[in-house]
Amino acid sequence: MLSYILKRLAMSVPTVLIVAMLVFGMIRAIPGDPAALMLGDVHDPVLLQQMRHAFGLDQSIPEQFLLWVTHLLHGDWGMSVVRHQPVLDLIREAFPVTAQIVLCATFVACVIAIPAGLFAAWAQNRRTDLVIVFTTIVLVSIPSFWGGILLIWLFGVKLQWLPTFGFQSFSQVGWSSIRYFILPVIAIAMSEIAVVTRMMRASSIEVLRLEYIAHARAKGLSERRVLLRHTLPNAFGPALTVIGLVLGHLLAGGAVIETVFTLPGMGRLLVESIYARDYPVVQGCLLVIALIYVLINLTVDLLYPIFDPRLKL
Amino acid sequence: MNLLSLRRLNLLIGSVLVGLLVACALIGQFFTPYKPIDVDLFARYAAPSAQHWFGTDEFGRDVFSRIVAGAGVSMTVSICSVLFALLAGTVIGTVSGFFGGWLDRIVMVFIDALMAFPGLLLALGIMVVLGPSKWGVVLALGLAYTPSVTRIARGGALTLRQRDFVVASQTMGNSSMWTLCRHVLPNSMAPLLVFSTSLFGSALLAESALSFLGLGVPPPSPTWGGMLADSRTAIDHAIWLVIFPGASISLALLGINLFGDGVRDLLDPRMKGVSV
Repeated sequence: MLSYILKRLAMSVPTVLIVAMLVFGMIRAIPGDPAALMLGDVHDPVLLQQMRHAFGLDQSIPEQFLLWVTHLLHGDWGMSVVRHQPVLDLIREAFPVTAQIVLCATFVACVIAIPAGLFAAWAQNRRTDLVIVFTTIVLVSIPSFWGGILLIWLFGVKLQWLPTFGFQSFSQVGWSSIRYFILPVIAIAMSEIAVVTRMMRASSIEVLRLEYIAHARAKGLSERRVLLRHTLPNAFGPALTVIGLVLGHLLAGGAVIETVFTLPGMGRLLVESIYARDYPVVQGCLLVIALIYVLINLTVDLLYPIFDPRLKL
Repeated sequence: MNLLSLRRLNLLIGSVLVGLLVACALIGQFFTPYKPIDVDLFARYAAPSAQHWFGTDEFGRDVFSRIVAGAGVSMTVSICSVLFALLAGTVIGTVSGFFGGWLDRIVMVFIDALMAFPGLLLALGIMVVLGPSKWGVVLALGLAYTPSVTRIARGGALTLRQRDFVVASQTMGNSSMWTLCRHVLPNSMAPLLVFSTSLFGSALLAESALSFLGLGVPPPSPTWGGMLADSRTAIDHAIWLVIFPGASISLALLGINLFGDGVRDLLDPRMKGVSV
């Protein structure tokens, strides 16, 4: 077990390194001199030279990379060119917003999707199953940004029940912040529900066909117990992988839903910084999101043996 | 209704929707009721009517024409990016899996690292470098999807290279290139084709999302995502600007998903005879 954990941890080291190299390379691949870009309209050769030296741009690319990584590890992620704030502070402000919305949506999706998928598998090919399968196909075809705008129109403009933009943090104002959560969470949970239900259904169908399920039924266990005690734990593994993937995609795809609801999260920060050519912030956001994605995949892989004892090493 | 006929019905609906999408994309290149970029300031925010089937937008541009023309943009971008990923991923994955060794190890480390970026994020990053343009989106999405295609192609090549007919071909003295093209590739194509139908849906969605963010195909090209982004300012008085572009994306995705599921059921041997 320990060797499995260590092996998996070791495997993520090159990944993290290459992720950092890619983010570094991406920004360096942008045409133009970063120092000149930061100076903007000021054309002063002396100042430019100073800037280039200050950023280490007069050194070789591998040296620049090492310098950049050293700065990162010391918590110096650079300054926003546009907002004149440290990048790390901006990310620290924006990340909780995205995290709260995404975690809420994932929780809601799991609560609905896991029972739905399990039930659909149990009722395979019967009417309920067909309705559930068809609903997931429809849900997965609705882009979150369209669903979001429609929700805003219905609940914000027509019925005027809920605010259509802005955000209040749960940690600051408590339960009244829920009003700001509801619409974005529904908008992103819809497609997530569909994806998780489909995976849960598929893996439950496979488990339900196994002999020990027939044995459990032959013992005279109730269907409820067969499903909850024997099917669910073994069918949950593949669903967990999908939940991990979806979580990562949501953190990255936050850009879209945060634009719809004008939420001050990571995705919005990333997109606004791209518009403003604020490359230090773009770099920071890309790096943080990719690292979180690596972390989520790592966590899922480490949790996997708990749900699939065959993997115990 | 039993599941077999339902599957056929799904495939039928999917085919019809995909056919409609292709027809729109083709016809829209040559003919639209109005020019998609023609401004008519006397007909701003006109509600749907006989003249303007889907109404007009804030510049009086005909929404129906823009949607039909937008189908062409979406289809071109999605098809080209999927073809790019399919081509690049198949070549890299098959070669890497077939020959193995240090080449395979290096390729896989890079592919794993690229997979650490969610698709849309990688595409966003590439768009930052390339700047918004149609072929920029194609390249960004193509590169973003290459890693997953590579993985599938590599998996196929890995299992195939131990199969008797492949070993036989090499023992007979055929060149590796010949074995690869003649025996490995044709046998690893089926899962790749199935995967590319689902990739096509993702590409279409990602293209709309990028245009929605203003980082995709730039205006004045009509894009469904761009139209949706513009509609948000008119949400309280021109709901048709929200409904029609969004419904187009959804119906296109629905068609592709149903079609993809149907094709998978037909091609995937594991699904045959199971529970039908």
